[in-house]
Amino acid sequence: MRGVKALGAPRQGAALGAAVCAVALLHPLVAPGAQAAAVPKAPHGAAAMDFQLQELAKLLPRVDVAHPPARLDPVIWQAYVPKDNELTAARVALGRKLYFDTRLSADGTVACATCHDVTRGFTDQLKVSEGIKNQLGQRNAPTVLNTALLETVFLDGRSPTLDHQARQPIINPIEMGMPDGEAAVKAIAGDPEYQKAFQEAYGRPVNFEDIGRAIGAFERTLIFLDSPFRRFLEGDQSAISADAKAGWDLFNGKARCVTCHPMNLSNPLGTDNRFHNIGVSARHQDFEALAAKALKLLKDDPSEKKLDELALSTPMSELGRFMVTKNRADIGAFRTSILLNVGITPPYMHDGSLPTLWDVMDHYNKGGEPNPFLDGGMEPLALSEREIDQVVAFLFSLTDRRLALENQRQFVAQRAAAAKERKFRDQELATRRKLAFEDRIKAPKK
Amino acid sequence: MHAQPDSLDRRSFFRRSAAAVGAAAFAPISVGVGAPDAQGAPAFRFAYISDSHLYSKSLNDRFARALMRAVDDVNNLDPQPDFVFYGGDLAQLGQAHELELGAQILSRLRAPLRIMVGEHDWYLDMGARWRQLFGEPTYSFDHKGVHFVVLMSVVEADFWTKRGMTPMERMVTVAGLDNGVQSPFTVGPEQRAWLHKDLEKLPNSAPLIIFSHSPLYKLYKNWNFWTDDADEVQAILKRFDRVVVIHGHTHQILTNRIGNIHFHGLLATAWPWPYPPQGVPALTIQMSRPDPFNPLDGCGDGEILVHADGLVDKVYNLWNRSPITVAKGYTASWGKECVPPKPNRPSF
Repeated sequence: MRGVKALGAPRQGAALGAAVCAVALLHPLVAPGAQAAAVPKAPHGAAAMDFQLQELAKLLPRVDVAHPPARLDPVIWQAYVPKDNELTAARVALGRKLYFDTRLSADGTVACATCHDVTRGFTDQLKVSEGIKNQLGQRNAPTVLNTALLETVFLDGRSPTLDHQARQPIINPIEMGMPDGEAAVKAIAGDPEYQKAFQEAYGRPVNFEDIGRAIGAFERTLIFLDSPFRRFLEGDQSAISADAKAGWDLFNGKARCVTCHPMNLSNPLGTDNRFHNIGVSARHQDFEALAAKALKLLKDDPSEKKLDELALSTPMSELGRFMVTKNRADIGAFRTSILLNVGITPPYMHDGSLPTLWDVMDHYNKGGEPNPFLDGGMEPLALSEREIDQVVAFLFSLTDRRLALENQRQFVAQRAAAAKERKFRDQELATRRKLAFEDRIKAPKK
Repeated sequence: MHAQPDSLDRRSFFRRSAAAVGAAAFAPISVGVGAPDAQGAPAFRFAYISDSHLYSKSLNDRFARALMRAVDDVNNLDPQPDFVFYGGDLAQLGQAHELELGAQILSRLRAPLRIMVGEHDWYLDMGARWRQLFGEPTYSFDHKGVHFVVLMSVVEADFWTKRGMTPMERMVTVAGLDNGVQSPFTVGPEQRAWLHKDLEKLPNSAPLIIFSHSPLYKLYKNWNFWTDDADEVQAILKRFDRVVVIHGHTHQILTNRIGNIHFHGLLATAWPWPYPPQGVPALTIQMSRPDPFNPLDGCGDGEILVHADGLVDKVYNLWNRSPITVAKGYTASWGKECVPPKPNRPSF
């Protein structure tokens, strides 16, 4: 394949200004991969909690709860902070402690930070996450960065707020595995530090609801949107490379990304907060049979806990939003991903099935995977290899500058992986020399 | 029949679970036969697909994919509907390869197909290929005590001979809107006479469902949301206690009642039309403006649940939204009861 030379690297004959910028992005002092080798490890592949806390202190030396995050409109920010959980220093500090505390899991090996690891883009960079007893779920862990700005949480939107969401993994049998909220409370309620912290934060003894609130409060401080692209949008023409600029044009035009990933100064996330079937799971699932099974199981037990378990532990995970709404229109649909910091959160899609951003582009380039519920906006794109490289260069310009080192490491690693294998590439479909629907017409009638 | 709390059907189950979790939860398209409701159990049900407007596949395969989605939807209904009704405009410009592609996709239906013609199918070769594929466009049949009539309501007076138009020029003119050249749609005197005779033997109380591609009333002439001899056709239907007319062509949720006649529109698989500028019948709960970024929004297929008296619950299975049912009780009560949910976004 035709590789992009380096992230943000100037093309031949580019202006000197761009070259200076590229060097800044490349972080000249540390070679790619150097950081990963030095990280002390905790169970399930996570970085050690103490190490994560040190890294976090470097990224966020000071948490200012009195002001909205930089680059966000105060009115918009207020709308995202729940009325019963206004940000205070005590709540954020409590949440930070809880976020890294493995005592909240049944066997003491899993904390929030296990799968939402500070050193790995606040996700685990695994295909699917690993919980207690090394159990694997069905879903790829999304980053917690900027999730404070989402309208719904979880990939299928089954949770309305971070405060609510933060409680669910604690009691999911294959994640942190506590039998119920009471068990989680019991695990930490004897700790005088927690007794004091809960009183200070919420004026109450340790309780499950406030565990969720405190973690939510901490996560609301993880606003990381100071990307080179952001600076470009704010007017700094030299903030991103010529390739990334060409990628931004494609993003808004031929590649059709902006249809579901709106990105602008007031809506920085790059998600429409809606749910779309782009055919990811159509590769390996019979939607109809799964949907029938799910309806039956959810009829027998319509509880929130049951839904959480089915979504994480069974192939019904692939039904996505349908599990929440039971509406056929939502079969196989998942919330449009946040694009900010996307470079450092591989692998991609709800099942982690696409290892690199080049694979993501290949998936879209051929119009997704054909299935009856495919979103109407999915079309073959006929992007050339050069255009794919440009969109990918743009996507790598969306990472917060504080995470530039990991971004560069990912860029190099993903480029190398994509150079070796592009499993989802299909130029015949991408250029409409072959039409996906024709095989289905000709297939034998069931 | 009455609802039994201990053996919830799917619809009541979802109604309850929706209330329980406070989230939007709706019945999927597959509504079981015999699902009890305020009106009692429907006698039977059939599915519908309409207005696919297939192009040659090198120009546009999106509409072919949309029709395939409808076929998938219907094939996955459990239990299967008694039959599938296709509402016309299978092709975009009446070309043989468009009609053949449509016939090929529709042949994948598991349930028997009943099909009606639309103007887009007809005005290239004046129905020659369509007739070869599907038979005569005007016919009637009886099913489980209900008399069904399929009309060809898109008969246009000759505007082409005098102008020396080629068949394709004629076709493209008919396929256009607002052009002032083509004639208004009619059922025409010949079919009206046939209809009169076809219904002659039926008592006034007979349950009766009429299919017409254009609405059998006068809504908006510039787009041929219009049948020019609608008054004459309605006069033939007037003696019956109640009549249901189901029409394609308008590509939107459309509900009307004129005296004893209850009208329902069909969703298209190809695209949704906006509502005509001068407004819609009072009973229509307008669907909100389709999402311009999702070409499937506002499109769909659906089911028609037929009650013993011939009135129907009309299910609009919108692909990108929650399904909407316009129940029999809504038109029967002139919109006072069983009011379908109003969308929370403005119409267009």
